[in-house]
Amino acid sequence: MLPRFWRKIRYRYDLIGTRCNTCGRNYYPPRNFCPVCRRRSSIEEVQLSGYGTVLSYSIVHDTPVGLKMEKPYVVALIQLDEGPIITSQLACEPEEVHDGMRVKAVFRKYGEDGEDGIIYYGTKFIPAEEA
Amino acid sequence: MRKVAVIGVGQSRFGELWDRSFRDIMLEAGVEALEDAGLEGKEIDALFVGNMSAGRYIAQEHVATLIADYAGLAELNIPSVRVEAADASGGLAVRMAHLAVASGMHDIVIAAGVEKVTDAGELSMEIMSSSADMEWEGFVGATLSAIYAMMTKLHMKEFGTTEEDLAMVSVKNHRNAVNNPKAQFKSEISVDAVLNSPYVAEPLKLLDCAPISDGAACVVLASEEVAKQYTDTPVYIKSSAQASDYLALHSRKDLTTMQSVVTASRQAYKQAGVEARDIDVAELHDSFTIAEIMAYEDLGFIEKGKGAELIREGIVEMGGEIPVNPSGGLKACGHAVGATGVRQVAELVLQLRGGAGKRQVECETALALNIGGTGGTAVVTILGR
Ligand SMILES: [Zn+2]
Repeated sequence: MLPRFWRKIRYRYDLIGTRCNTCGRNYYPPRNFCPVCRRRSSIEEVQLSGYGTVLSYSIVHDTPVGLKMEKPYVVALIQLDEGPIITSQLACEPEEVHDGMRVKAVFRKYGEDGEDGIIYYGTKFIPAEEA
Repeated sequence: MRKVAVIGVGQSRFGELWDRSFRDIMLEAGVEALEDAGLEGKEIDALFVGNMSAGRYIAQEHVATLIADYAGLAELNIPSVRVEAADASGGLAVRMAHLAVASGMHDIVIAAGVEKVTDAGELSMEIMSSSADMEWEGFVGATLSAIYAMMTKLHMKEFGTTEEDLAMVSVKNHRNAVNNPKAQFKSEISVDAVLNSPYVAEPLKLLDCAPISDGAACVVLASEEVAKQYTDTPVYIKSSAQASDYLALHSRKDLTTMQSVVTASRQAYKQAGVEARDIDVAELHDSFTIAEIMAYEDLGFIEKGKGAELIREGIVEMGGEIPVNPSGGLKACGHAVGATGVRQVAELVLQLRGGAGKRQVECETALALNIGGTGGTAVVTILGR
């Protein structure tokens, strides 16, 4: 888990995506190559607002070994306001969640590596206060 | 391209085969297939082996050679190729073997599939889940069942599919498996038993999910001309097609359609010169009950959103218009990951020969759908007499 986690740490902590200036599409997870424009891609990083809407979610009971302590937890498909859909955890009680719920990104712990005790952090989402 | 026949099929029992090794179960399926074909062994030109993750399940790589060796083919030094596409590895091995014979490169080729999962103990589920995007789905705890669960909720919301509809798929497949001597679960279950089983990832319950099983399957393919030397009743591969899609569900345009299944099936229908309504029997990839319902739609058995009608109205039951998963499917026959796609083809060959015993379906044209992960790979094989 370790090397590939650290390589993407900027994008996980800050919700930095990418934009293709050729077609105007935003990507998160970030892509260095636009699947629509391919060789004509013109990619730059873009800071996403961190606000989005829950499209679908599941309360997970059968978890990977490393996430046993967290169960049950909520995984959701969230459509960010800039367009991309991402998979993330919701840092709230399962009963609070509903489809169409407005959420915002926060920085949270994801788990730890049992053997060397390294703690992983990343983005989760919490219910957003509507203005 | 040459016409290709299946001249032999074999499969091990599927299930928790604690006392059997990877090599043992593969050999059991292989010996049965060679005996079925009437081959001695030295006639084999090449071997394709579907296997998802021997490296993680049993800490053994280089398994294509291992299998050639244990099958007694090392003396012949034939080429042996491992094929990996998560749990579509087996279907893809059949397709690669099909292409190797159809192209004229080889005359007799083996497609095998094998997985030994129970040695990995409590890690077996997360190894299976590595068919999803580990960096952007797996990292946040989105297991394979959680991703299918999110598709399920969208399908329910958009089309009115219910938890009872899903349960009926599981009940049907268990009922069918009673008549399959190789099946893992040979007992009927009730809709209530499914609905009352514990949640794995809501709304999917334990009995909506296929087990992860040990098992192996093997088919022998031959050119039409060579096949006639071995059998008077060959079954032909009328077409095979494979398609890919975005690895992660969140990158796909439509979250309740598997575009890989749509694309592969349309190519396969076209190549075989058939349409969806010509399919008499199908083995479909029910790793989760929702996957079977979505497959009805994406294969064009019924229009999008109406998949549940086929299970409600009994159309996919034994005796219905298109019986689906007479073997018991992944749910009840067992899901031996890389073996599954080969097992599906072996089942349909038995059906087309009229050799499926108590689970025999009257059929002339049959379809197998093998899916990798959440739909990143789909392999469709159409068989006929
Ligand atoms: Zn672009």
